[in-house]
Amino acid sequence: MSDTWIILGATSTIARVMARQLAEQGAHLVLAGRDMGDLERSASDCSARGAASAQAVAFDARDPESFEGALALAETAEGAVNVAVFVGSMPPQEDMDADPGLIAGVVTDSFTGPAAFLTRIAPLMEARGKGCVVGVGSVAGDRGRLGNYIYGAAKAGFHTYLSGLRNRLGRSGVHVVTVKPGTVDTAMTWGMEALPFLAPPEKVAGDILRAVEKKKNVLYTPFIWWPVMTVIKSIPEGVFKKLKI
Amino acid sequence: MRWKTDTYTGWGRVHGATGALARPERASALEALIAEEPAPAIGMRRSYGDACLAQDRRAVDMTRLDRVLEFDGETGALHVEAGARIGDLLAVFAPRGWLPPVMPGTGFATVGGGIAMDVHGKNHHHAGSFGQHVTEITLMTGAGPRVITPEADAALFKATVGGLGQTGPILSARFGLLKAKGDVMVVTERRVKDWEQFLTLLDGSDATYSVGWIDATARGPALGRGILEEGETGGGLIKPAKRSRKVPFDAPGFALAPPIVRAFNQAYWRRVPEAGRTSVKRIDDFFFPLDKIHDWNRLYGRQGFHQFQCVVPLDQADALRNMLVHIANSGFASPLAVLKRMGPGRGGFLSFPMEGYTLAVDFRNRPGAVKLINLLEGMTEQARGRLYLAKDALATTGRIRAMYPDHGAWLAEVLAIDPEGHFATDLTRRLKLRETT
Ligand SMILES: Cc1cc2nc3c(=O)[nH]c(=O)nc-3n(C[C@H](O)[C@H](O)[C@H](O)COP(=O)(O)OP(=O)(O)OC[C@H]3O[C@@H](n4cnc5c(N)ncnc54)[C@H](O)[C@@H]3O)c2cc1C
Ligand SMILES: NC(=O)c1ccc[n+]([C@@H]2O[C@H](COP(=O)([O-])OP(=O)(O)OC[C@H]3O[C@@H](n4cnc5c(N)ncnc54)[C@H](OP(=O)(O)O)[C@@H]3O)[C@@H](O)[C@H]2O)c1
Repeated sequence: MSDTWIILGATSTIARVMARQLAEQGAHLVLAGRDMGDLERSASDCSARGAASAQAVAFDARDPESFEGALALAETAEGAVNVAVFVGSMPPQEDMDADPGLIAGVVTDSFTGPAAFLTRIAPLMEARGKGCVVGVGSVAGDRGRLGNYIYGAAKAGFHTYLSGLRNRLGRSGVHVVTVKPGTVDTAMTWGMEALPFLAPPEKVAGDILRAVEKKKNVLYTPFIWWPVMTVIKSIPEGVFKKLKI
Repeated sequence: MRWKTDTYTGWGRVHGATGALARPERASALEALIAEEPAPAIGMRRSYGDACLAQDRRAVDMTRLDRVLEFDGETGALHVEAGARIGDLLAVFAPRGWLPPVMPGTGFATVGGGIAMDVHGKNHHHAGSFGQHVTEITLMTGAGPRVITPEADAALFKATVGGLGQTGPILSARFGLLKAKGDVMVVTERRVKDWEQFLTLLDGSDATYSVGWIDATARGPALGRGILEEGETGGGLIKPAKRSRKVPFDAPGFALAPPIVRAFNQAYWRRVPEAGRTSVKRIDDFFFPLDKIHDWNRLYGRQGFHQFQCVVPLDQADALRNMLVHIANSGFASPLAVLKRMGPGRGGFLSFPMEGYTLAVDFRNRPGAVKLINLLEGMTEQARGRLYLAKDALATTGRIRAMYPDHGAWLAEVLAIDPEGHFATDLTRRLKLRETT
């Protein structure tokens, strides 16, 4: 019996690549997101590549009513249910500085929306006693930086939520992986200049699936971001506040 | 952000461009882009020259639109996004007994690039060109997707197949996969001692897949010696692929010096026993032998290289032999030279194939080689042959017009769909392909 993977934000570049890799392993896939036309195309792709099943379902992190579709599919799925969260949004910091009304949306997309979904599905996962949650955060959540601290704050909130969720679900055999990607070559970063260590999405998706297999708790991908962030986190606030990195 | 300024090159690395690139990941993003800021589509840039370049202008990288939209396991009918790589389709479908109908020598080429160049493969003599298998194309226009078929839109279809992307971005295409006996290849290699024997063997071969490797450095009685490879699909067990390797830096100029190339070719030829041999190969090793070494184009060093590829009619085999004499005497040839017999199959107005023999030879980019290629181009024209625009970096307008008599029919369709020239590339500009006279 194949596992089921519910992928939130399945139109994301990294999610698409990971869904493909899961399809090749014969998983059942639920591709959840806002752009149904595009999700249908990805579902066809996954089916053709060997998924046991693949279907598109509407999901908007800002609209809790839209969670029902994916939750209903989880109920009927046989075997382990896994959830991977790729939802997130990162408008330019200047836009948010000019219009603070945007902040709530970023926090909903990157933190509270996915957290609300995960909290709703948690009892089902606990009841099954297996499966895992992959939550994609960001290295941006490790420290508030001048360039994108609202997005970073939302991701930091999500990291803390995931750490608590791991603490809770681990007791019933469900594992939670926190993923902190560095910069990835996706639609989100296309056209941004001088990105250090830009990683292909295939590499990040592969790292995530390996982390799931090995039950890693926190994954920095590519790995170089672990030492980089260790250094950045260790800079005293008095010094850090003067830096522009 | 939609645009990113980048510097990129064709596969031969002689021509390059700096310009704005977009890389849409979904149909709606491509649609908005073509409506607002139309630009030519490019694929994996496996064209050698400037077909995939737009200096100081915009271009649309299609490689993230690479999904399989529909596959019928009964008939093999496939619908895919145009950025899908042909080698990826092979990897997905060969284990289930289906092969892309036509595969060029690199699996990195995309379906869009395969259509826009109407590429040919080792089965051209039986199966025709890629475009001949395509039953439907979805073009992206400023007003949304437009589906065209060979029946309902005959002229536009023929202007799109082999059409260098000038009728607009291809979003997706339908074509049939071919049923294979299994996902390994049974390959027979024969040593060929000279030119005459090569032609005789090529003419007599009825293998599904065939290709000749020619030693373009051999002279005198050995002129035209090489190896004929014939392949059929089959079933069986075989070791999984080794990891691909990468060429980490540009090779120094001497790496492909004549004595080294001669020695390599000699060894490559002798590798096959005198009596020939039959072996079982991985399917991708047979179709894409060079793909195992990533970025092998860097072996030619910083100044890049040219591939000369022509086809001449069957009755002009002697002209081709003369070209080979010039090449062998020049000492400029690289190890990679291919000789193949082509069938008449071609799908578009500007398609390369014609019934005859095709020769492809690589040359490191330097003045002597450029002069030689010029000579070879003239000989091709004399022989009523044709140069391949997927490889060309040096030809002139007049020569290409003479070789492509249907240019006018192609241009009429292109001008009707893109009168302002948004989809022009460096190649169409260099060869003035979008001008009437
Ligand atoms: C090692 C090697 C071996 C090769 N062997 C063969 C062979 O055996 N037979 C053969 O025929 N060719 C061969 N080629 C050439 C290659 O197959 C063609 O150049 C092919 O077009 C490359 O595809 P691409 O995706 O890289 O396209 P690009 O090189 O990026 O673009 C080629 C053309 O297609 C257009 N184009 C690309 N995508 C689209 C799209 N989605 N919509 C509209 N237009 C588009 C571009 O505008 C351009 O005009 C070989 C090339 C290499 C490097
Ligand atoms: N790219 C990087 O360098 C990088 C680095 C660190 C972390 N990350 C994180 O990795 C994840 C994937 O990002 P990506 O790089 O692949 O970029 P992306 O393609 O822009 O992905 C963002 C995804 O979030 C979805 N989304 C946004 N708001 C939503 C909402 N309200 N409801 C439902 N879905 C919503 C988008 O869906 P639509 O298609 O509907 O817009 C899209 O699928 C994100 O969480 C991102 O923060 C990326």
